[in-house]
Amino acid sequence: MRLKQAAKKKIVQVAGFILLRVCLYLVLAVLLLFLYDIGKKGGGAISWEFLSQAPRRGMTEGGIFPAIYGTFLVTLVTAVLAIPLGMFAAIYLNEYAKQTRLTRLIRLSIRNLSGVPSIVYGLFGVILFVNILKLGTSILSAGLTLGLMTLPWTITASEEALKTIPNSYREGALALGATKWQAIRTNVLPYALPGMLTGTVLGLARAAGETAPIMFTGAAFALPILPKSLGDQFMALPYHLYIMATQHHDIARVRPLAYGTALVLIVLVLGMNMAAVILRYRLRRKRR
Amino acid sequence: MAPLTAKIEARSLNFYYGPKKALKDIHLVCYENRVTAIIGPSGCGKSTFIRTLNRMNDVVPGARVEGQILLDGESVHSPKVDVVELRKKVGMVFQKPNPFPKSIFDNVAYGLRINGLRNRDKIAGIVERSLNEAALWDEVKDRLDENAFALSGGQQQRLCIARALAVEPEAILFDEPCSAIDPIATAKIEDLIQRLKTKYTVVIVTHNMQQAARVSDYTAFLMLGDLIEFGETRQIFTAPANKLTEEYITGRFG
Repeated sequence: MRLKQAAKKKIVQVAGFILLRVCLYLVLAVLLLFLYDIGKKGGGAISWEFLSQAPRRGMTEGGIFPAIYGTFLVTLVTAVLAIPLGMFAAIYLNEYAKQTRLTRLIRLSIRNLSGVPSIVYGLFGVILFVNILKLGTSILSAGLTLGLMTLPWTITASEEALKTIPNSYREGALALGATKWQAIRTNVLPYALPGMLTGTVLGLARAAGETAPIMFTGAAFALPILPKSLGDQFMALPYHLYIMATQHHDIARVRPLAYGTALVLIVLVLGMNMAAVILRYRLRRKRR
Repeated sequence: MAPLTAKIEARSLNFYYGPKKALKDIHLVCYENRVTAIIGPSGCGKSTFIRTLNRMNDVVPGARVEGQILLDGESVHSPKVDVVELRKKVGMVFQKPNPFPKSIFDNVAYGLRINGLRNRDKIAGIVERSLNEAALWDEVKDRLDENAFALSGGQQQRLCIARALAVEPEAILFDEPCSAIDPIATAKIEDLIQRLKTKYTVVIVTHNMQQAARVSDYTAFLMLGDLIEFGETRQIFTAPANKLTEEYITGRFG
């Protein structure tokens, strides 16, 4: 009887293990299939010309350089807004704010904001940045809109990173006569920074791939010249892809170019994520 | 021994965590160049008491203090007192060794640097002196650049003592400093505490009665937030005036 029970236990154990493993493989398989498909269909479009030239003849020829350039600029604006603001807000929330019902509510609201659909941010950006602040449809408006969208992610990731720092680092510093800010600056932030940066870059990577927030705030269908200032409109990879895939007058003909664009966008986002991982790894090692 | 001077004094000290009263009307004196031990069962308020002395409880949400703590006759809660200055004068060593994830050298130099000392030679001099005072120099002098986490638990705790000594405090508070380390390392730290009292006022919280008997000159026995008895260690351990003290030190409860 007892033996039987032990055997049953073991079967349950093995079955559970297999189930978990199958789930992981399924997820991986979907991801790999997806990458393979895009790689196969888009790989042929990739060339130096594709990466360095502007589109020609109604986007049926040429490259996507203006879109790469635009995505780079708009992500830069996003970073300038979201990184410092997110980090400082997280520092305040985690280190300074008293843990009251109000701060819990604020924290909950921030978490909820990260679930708001991106089109809502886009429309909000039109009203706030384009209309009220009169920034026009521009790189600046689009970048700020993406920045707002990224903030909840940055704040949450930064706060989680700060939470992993043991309280004894703070108390130890205070007991030596450090002010609160000194303790945070010299004995908390340096150790939380890798985690904060990783979360932030992941948020940026997500922003770089967004279409809805930029399509009303600054991204253009096609532009004859590159933007000269942050007040100009721009082309962006995700929006360009959207047009090539759904709005073009000859979709079948530009399909390879659309796949190429998708491939570049994915490589860009993956690259940013990789950079985050490498950055964290190097910062951690430096601390050891 | 030097004549008795009151260094730290608690007068009618009450302490609350929100609605809960953790210390009740404590009167207690810690003398200069003496070791004062605070003993008592878990949850009696020992750690709370010692943490009010350098106002570490300020950061605990809902904490409230009534009554006075005097350092050299001046209230540590007076608006004139800068809490940062207070903590420099009254150093603290925590229950669990808490080295920072820096090199051994940088750990000891930490307090100097945040206080604005930049002169490398001076810093190096004070680091060496502090490590010597904490009886750690000979063990680490060739590996000052190594991460402090590489040290053993007992060494880490002595490093924390050296770190506290570097900012030249007048008093040092030990909050159960040996509860997380082995007996041999404990003996070293007890030894060290004996030597430290020639220069500093020492207050030590301990749940180990033998330790209190070995290292301290004065002992306070706390229970459930009340100060049951306070007096010379020898008297407390040989002829306690209070029945509860006697029961505690003879091990009838704990």
